Amino acid sequence: MRKRNRFLVLLAAVGLVATACTGAEGDGASAGSGSYPRNQTLFTSGSQWGVPSNANPFRQGDYATGTVGLLYETLFLFDPLGSKYEPWLAEKDEWVDDKTYQVTLREGLKWSDDEPITAEDVAFTINLGKMKTVPYNPLYSSIESVEAVDELTTKVTFSEPHYQQWANWVYFNPIVPKHLWDGRSEKDIMQGANFDKPVGSGPYLVEAHDQDRMVWKKNENWWGKDKLDLDMKPTYIVDLVNSSNEAALGQVLQGEIDLSNNFLPGIASLVKGGYKLETYYKDAPYMLAANTTWLVPNTTKAPLNDPAFRRALAFSVDTDKIVNSVYNNIVQKADPTGLLPIWDKYIDKGVVDELGPTYDTGEAKTLLSQAGYRDTNGDGFVENKDGSPISLKLATPSGWTDWNEAGRVIADSAKAAGIQLTAETPAAEVVQDQRESGQFDLILNNDRQMDDTPWRYYEYIFGLPVLENQTTINYGRYENQQAWDLVTQLDGTKVDDQAGMSALMSQLQRIQLTEEPVIPLWYNGLWAQYSNAVWTNWPSADGGQIVPTMWRGYPQKGAIKMLAELKPAPEEQ
Amino acid sequence: MGRYFGRKLGIYVLTFFVAVTINWIIPRFMPGDPVRTMVSRAGLQDPAGVAAMREYYTNLFGFDLPIWQQYLNFWGELLQGNFGTSLWAYPQPVGSIILAAVPYTLGLLLPAILLSWWAGNKFGAYAARKKVLDNTVLPVWYVLTATPYMWLAILLAWALGKVAGIFPVGRSFSASLQPEWSWLFINDLISHWFLPFLSLFLVMFGGWAIGMRNLVIYELEADYANYLGALGAPQRLVRRYAFRNALLPQVTGLALQLGVIVGGQIVTEIVFDYRGLGYLVLQAINANDLFLLQGIFLFIVIGVLVANFIIDIVYVLVDPRTRVGMSA
Repeated sequence: MRKRNRFLVLLAAVGLVATACTGAEGDGASAGSGSYPRNQTLFTSGSQWGVPSNANPFRQGDYATGTVGLLYETLFLFDPLGSKYEPWLAEKDEWVDDKTYQVTLREGLKWSDDEPITAEDVAFTINLGKMKTVPYNPLYSSIESVEAVDELTTKVTFSEPHYQQWANWVYFNPIVPKHLWDGRSEKDIMQGANFDKPVGSGPYLVEAHDQDRMVWKKNENWWGKDKLDLDMKPTYIVDLVNSSNEAALGQVLQGEIDLSNNFLPGIASLVKGGYKLETYYKDAPYMLAANTTWLVPNTTKAPLNDPAFRRALAFSVDTDKIVNSVYNNIVQKADPTGLLPIWDKYIDKGVVDELGPTYDTGEAKTLLSQAGYRDTNGDGFVENKDGSPISLKLATPSGWTDWNEAGRVIADSAKAAGIQLTAETPAAEVVQDQRESGQFDLILNNDRQMDDTPWRYYEYIFGLPVLENQTTINYGRYENQQAWDLVTQLDGTKVDDQAGMSALMSQLQRIQLTEEPVIPLWYNGLWAQYSNAVWTNWPSADGGQIVPTMWRGYPQKGAIKMLAELKPAPEEQ
Repeated sequence: MGRYFGRKLGIYVLTFFVAVTINWIIPRFMPGDPVRTMVSRAGLQDPAGVAAMREYYTNLFGFDLPIWQQYLNFWGELLQGNFGTSLWAYPQPVGSIILAAVPYTLGLLLPAILLSWWAGNKFGAYAARKKVLDNTVLPVWYVLTATPYMWLAILLAWALGKVAGIFPVGRSFSASLQPEWSWLFINDLISHWFLPFLSLFLVMFGGWAIGMRNLVIYELEADYANYLGALGAPQRLVRRYAFRNALLPQVTGLALQLGVIVGGQIVTEIVFDYRGLGYLVLQAINANDLFLLQGIFLFIVIGVLVANFIIDIVYVLVDPRTRVGMSA
């Protein structure tokens, strides 16, 4: 009996340790006021995939959802749906002469620590661009001087004006407070987590952050309440990290998430199914078009280095099938130029009618044979001009099921036209590796979001020089100096010079459609589904026309105003 | 006694060294380049900026050093309790991420393993001498232990979580709560904990019960049991001896279970979206975060060794033969 007792004591001790561990779970991030009242809290999801690990606005690839927009603000907003710049921190701006830009802040703006927001802050933020790793460093090299003329006015003198890039900068990049950021090293600025009670100008402040959520609390002293007459409705915004889109779907259906910016392929049937769900459009395509998915050929490899072959490939793709069967019509087929619907006015319809590829297997075959690609060994697929067999691979990241499926459709339709193309699904890491080092045949990509002008879109397609590693643009390594000169010229065109821009873009479209450096296929949606259980008056085509997403880069595209438009749902009886 | 533990300790130190070395090597075989991942997050195209970023991260992760130097530095850092910086949650240190997740995993697995072990053994021994029980209840567990765990877990989540709606599925606690000491929170914590716990308990309980039942039957048929019976000892006493002898293999089994405590239940955490170490493993693999992965593996290794050491001590307590062997 004695020994048995000893054993039981040990068991009890282990048990106690276990209980202690269980108990310790409560001792998490921050002690606070318990729960966030459901009717005052907006739950969002679909922007943040990793841990919210920093509130550093300079880390444009991984700052926590809301860092720009909720915490830090930009001088202007750009509303892509209305296609206009709106003054935000700034009251007005103007080009005094061709090389001098002047921006004036609103009067009486305050940081959340009650310090005034002045031209010094604006000048300081622009000047941070001299650091090599700050994202706008390339643009900064064309700036001669930045000077705070008075309390509110900042003067920027350019050695060579990049009007388009600059117009993009003023709405995309937020202003940080000089009195707190001055003196920080480049390492602190680019690598700092900035989570320790960061001071910003925006309508929300960091409340808490945990591995799977980012919590924002309303800043009651926000300047915009008086100056913009905007009152943000949710007291708290909780942005959730979900492990998968499917997990988010369940939570939206149960009304646990109010705004889901996840890709939910079956959403079409759910919106009609009486789940209190809404999308921007009531019918197909349900979603706004956010970016263009291109088929990107590696233009350094035969036969993809031949424009005629790329054009034949473009004719072979059955995009309608992708839109219908892969996406259930929640996306739209892209224009041959790939320019988003918000840029419709820049599309030269004449050029598109003349050159734009459409799905036509017969035409693809004709083009191939005209260009000298013939099936010489009788296997049903064309061979290279030198008679060697063609075998191309289209890589899409494993687990990206919609792209994997689309890849299969593309491969099938290419095969029908006689092009031996197989779809592959390597790990995302591998695809990225191939993409940057140029070791792929074909990939899908959609790295350009809706924006103020198509300048960055063309920069993506034609950007030169081609480096050993292409990290953000021109993955296909397409080299065409003439086209890049046109893009540079476009950059030097003022954003209000519509005629000048259109003329240049028309030339670019002609080059693009004859050369097909990228093959635009469909517009990916601005995935957004909202639940009416707690909040109503969401953005919609027939209501408030605002981009409904918390994705990085979108609050400054007007999405921030959505928060002021929301209304609490009526209490259910 | 000293020599016994001395030898054991020596083996543990050696195992630790080899396992940690393997841990260090394996993640480095993963495809992809962490430096490039980090640089691409910054979204730079300008060659000067990319080069500067590259240099910074290469330096930070120590990839610019020769491989043997990296390995030695790794040990140096490790002994100071420094596991490096996570890529997935950059710039948080790996150590703090793991520490935040550990309570959830232990809180889930320790009770599940220990309770199922205790209850399973009791039940198994009881069923061994109750024909009715043996023929009715135990077969249910034959089926349960034979079902793929993944399927059982999904079924539970669906039936009790989605359809009946009794328990929440997903996350370790509700998104609308803040971690704190309050009934509201603790209640929420337990309700999120229950389903994953139940799924583990059910499966493991069956395993222990079936094993114990077989062992007890075997022991009851052994010569010593018959002899004791022939001497006229009460059946209760015979059974107690049989139980204690049958327990020994089960203790070894427990040691193995506790050993894989962390690594073995990744599926549970994924199915129930429970945010412990298993969830971290998945995230680390997805994010190509070799430092985090390496840290978790290290934690698993330590877990295995500590569990084995505890069981070694338990053996001394419960098995007289070990003690005899030691003094001999």
